[in-house]
Formats: sequence, C-alpha cells, structure tokens
Amino acid sequence: MKEIVILSGKGGTGKSSVCSALAHIKKDNILVADCDVDAADLHLIMAPENVPGVDFYSGIIAEIDAEKCIACGLCAQKCRFDAISLYEGKYRVEPLDCEGCAYCHYICPVEAIAIPQQNIGNYFQAESRLGFTLVHARLNIGAENSGKLVAKVKSIAKEQCKKEGKDFMLVDGSPGIGCPVISSLSGVDYVVLVTEATYSGLSDLERLWTLLDMFKLPGACIVNKADINPSVASEIRKFMQKKKIADLGDIPYSEDFPKAIAMGRTLIEENETRWRPVFEKIWKAIEEKI
Amino acid sequence: MRLAIASGKGGTGKTTLAVNLALKASGTMKTVLADLDVEEPNGSIFIGGETVDEKQVYRYTPAWNQKSCSLCGKCTSWCAYNALIKLGEIILVMPNLCHSCYACSELCPDGALPMEASPLGTIRHFSRGKLDFTESKLNIGLEQAAPLIKQSLNYLDENFKDHDLQILDSPPGTACSMMEAVRSADYVILVTEPTPFGLHDLKLAVETVRQLELPFAVVINRDGIGNDELDRYLKAEEIAVWARIPHQREIAELYSRGEILFDKVAAVDDALSDILQRLEGLS
Repeated sequence: MKEIVILSGKGGTGKSSVCSALAHIKKDNILVADCDVDAADLHLIMAPENVPGVDFYSGIIAEIDAEKCIACGLCAQKCRFDAISLYEGKYRVEPLDCEGCAYCHYICPVEAIAIPQQNIGNYFQAESRLGFTLVHARLNIGAENSGKLVAKVKSIAKEQCKKEGKDFMLVDGSPGIGCPVISSLSGVDYVVLVTEATYSGLSDLERLWTLLDMFKLPGACIVNKADINPSVASEIRKFMQKKKIADLGDIPYSEDFPKAIAMGRTLIEENETRWRPVFEKIWKAIEEKI
Repeated sequence: MRLAIASGKGGTGKTTLAVNLALKASGTMKTVLADLDVEEPNGSIFIGGETVDEKQVYRYTPAWNQKSCSLCGKCTSWCAYNALIKLGEIILVMPNLCHSCYACSELCPDGALPMEASPLGTIRHFSRGKLDFTESKLNIGLEQAAPLIKQSLNYLDENFKDHDLQILDSPPGTACSMMEAVRSADYVILVTEPTPFGLHDLKLAVETVRQLELPFAVVINRDGIGNDELDRYLKAEEIAVWARIPHQREIAELYSRGEILFDKVAAVDDALSDILQRLEGLS
C-alpha cells in the first residue's frame, strides 16, 4: 500500500479539486483521508453516507474547583499563558487561553485543580458516493492539537486501507507548513504539491519544499492556473528543476473548478472528455514515480 | 481600531483584501498592516517597501543539564506534551513538542532543566509611503504558529499603539493560530467565496467569531462564481455583507503578478470605499 499526500502551502490552489479528481480516476483501488481537519471540504464532493462521528480526545484543560480554591494565587502567578485570573474572590481558568500544560494542577497546595481530557473533535469513516472509503474529521473551534487529530485520521485510514486491500491511500492535507502539515507527512511515500502560477503560490511552495526537504521526502508538483501568469509558471518550473521536483504538468485556469464544487461534482464528472485525460496522465506519472 | 481579516478556507482573498484596504486606508489615516499568516506570509509580495526594523523572535525551551540531573524522571511524567523522554541515563528534550510552560524547569528538584532561548521566527517592519507593514515569519520546521502570532501582536502594541487602524491578516482555518490572530481584534471581516467550500468554511469561521463574541461582517470575493447558497445563508443568519468583489480574470492576473488592485480595478476601489465607510460608522 502506498500513501500519497497532497499539499500546497498556500490555500485555495485547488488541492481538494485535484484530490477528488485523482480519487475519482482510481476509485476502485483507493481510500481517501481528508487531513485538513480545521476546514475539511472533501466530504462536500464525495458525499459520504451519513455516519455518526467518533469523539476524539487529546490534551487536557485545567478546571479549578471554586469550593476548594483558597485564592492563594500561585496558579495564576505560574501560568505562562495568562489563562488564570481572579473572579469574585476565586481563581478561574479561561479555557480558550489554557494550553493544557497542567503546571497549575501539580503546584496547587490544596489540590483544587483538575485536568480532564479534552474532546477536540470528531472523526468519521464512511463510504463515499463514488464507492471508496473516506475518512474525515472535524476539529473543534480554536482547538489545539490539530496534529493529533490528523495522526488519528491517518491511522484509521491506513488500517482500513489495508483491511480493504486497496493499493493507494490519498491524503488531502492542510494549507501552511505547521503542526497539521508536519503531522500529515509521517509515513507517507510520496508528496504531490499543487501550486498556482502566482508569486504567492511560488513563495509558499518554496517554504513548503524546504520543510519536505528536511524530511527527505520525494515529491512532484502540479502548476494549477498555469496560464494566468506564464512567466511565474516558468519561474516555478525553474525552481522545480533546481530542487529536482518532478513535474506533473500544468492545469490551465478554468471555471470548471468552482462550477464542479458548486455542483458537488468531481472535475471528471463536470467534464469527462476534458478532465479525464488530464488526471489520468497525472496519476500515471505519480504511479511511475512510486 | 483593530480589524482582523480572516476566513475559514484558504485562498479566498484575505491577503488581497488586507493589503489593498491597508494601502488605501493609509492615504487618509495612520494605518499598520500585520501579516500574521506566519506559516506562509505573502503580504510583502504586494507591499514591498523599505525595511525599517527586523527582529529575531525567540521562545524558551528546556535544555538538559546532565551534571546536575539525578535521573528521577519526574519531568517526563509532568510534561503534558511528551516533549521529554527518559532513555536509559539520558533525558531527551524535543523542543518541537514543547509549549514553553516552564513546569519541568521550575519543578525539577535538581534544577537540571534550565530554559534556553531558541529561535522562533522573525518580525520585519516595512514602510511603504504612509503605510506601516509588519511581516511575521515562522522558522520552517517549527510546528507552533500561535506563540509567534502572540509576540507579533505584542510588537504591534509596543510600536503602533497610536495608529488609527491596525489591520491583521490572519492565517486560514479555525484552529488555535487563527483564534490567536483574531481574538484581540475589535472587529472581524470574514472573506469568503460563493462556493460550497467557501460557505462550509465560512460557517466554521462564523461559529468561531461568535464564540469569541466579536462583531463581524462578511466580504464576498469572486462574486459571480458558484451559486446563491451563500447569500441565502447570510440572509437567514442576518450577517452583514460589507462588499462584493467581482470574479474577474483581470483581478486574478494582477494578483498573480503581486500587484495592487484598487488603483487599477474600479470595482475593487469601490468595494474598499464601502468597507472604509462602514468602518468609519463603527467608531
């Protein structure tokens, strides 16, 4: 089984559209994991069957028992996140500020501070309308530990992929280069980068590639909206040559992308004659690399 | 007035709106723009300008002092982030997992885990005409964006307190980094696009700013693509729409070259005027 992750650095380059098109091409031999856990959108296209979410717990949050609190103020003094303040003679924790370090719990002289586990989101495993399994998740608002939820989605997906005997697991990643992206990279065989022919796209690709290079991960790149600025597209290609990033080809700027999303379709369904050959070619190139 | 520009979905036009609004506003009031998308900041591509100040930002993580350590291993049980591991006679610190809470360092009975500074990223201050612009960039390979965002907001407080308008270009998503960027704002503009992806992620962003009890309005970018589901949602929820930026290939082309829009595209200039007028109405 090979695990392929799709990343972009920049948001809105067409990651999810490319992911759903590739998944459609390989629908009989693939499993898809949406690891953009704080703005997961693939389920809008893949319309999985409705299944209940599984609660996911990670990390803790401090809770002060007002009955036990003697208002000594040690917790507030030690908290590096300014999460504890005095309110009507007692100390209390602002949950949005608490980072769950538990320092206050260990030092409270009257053991008034509990550290319950936090439910940070849900994950779902369901059959998509195209037949393959989709694993996706929903991070609670403002939650920390998004990387932990990404890791959970990936481990559930991997297990299921093996169980189903599918050869490919396709992971749709988050924008950025931080915690959820780094988490989505663990154990992957190949990275597909989707960038766009804009200076922002190039700049974000450069930063993302520096990260991938630290992990020595092999990757290939698709330039979306390539005709919007041919000169930036060629700068991107130069960058790819310099860094030995395989070129998976260009995709022209197309209204089919927002149209397909609006209709809840993959690009293949939006215009089969136009897009099937494009994505079959891309997939073939990916398969040859891995 | 501190205005945060945010969105759930990436690539909806946060930076486009932020840089154009900031440059236009700087013509009539003292304005600072802060690029807080610290993982992938792009504002400087559009703004450029001269560097006024550059600052390395650090965070503190424990460093193991073998000589004084009695290998009791308590630090590994205290650390909520599993950033400390005892391997035989070694305490291994993994700075990437550390949240700089100081618990291990201050509780260690041997004083064997002094906190040491390690680089987190940079804050650069540029000026273009009358506009002040700060860009915060997270060092590549670091996982936590929120601490750099926090320090960047402190930098704004220290240096631009008297500015009439502070505009924050937030990171995408609705996780802790977006929350850190918007929560200190007086007002939030959520930028979205009229597609099901845009709407789905807008709903998450609305839920977030409502939880933070922040007043907000929506700006619709790429107006004309997708469908009318977004408008129906905004109407049902009674959410104010401050401006609509039309979907035009010309805008996408100018954006791709890193160019400013409002001096070239009348529809963008009109949208910005509407937004500035609304902002004036707030204060």
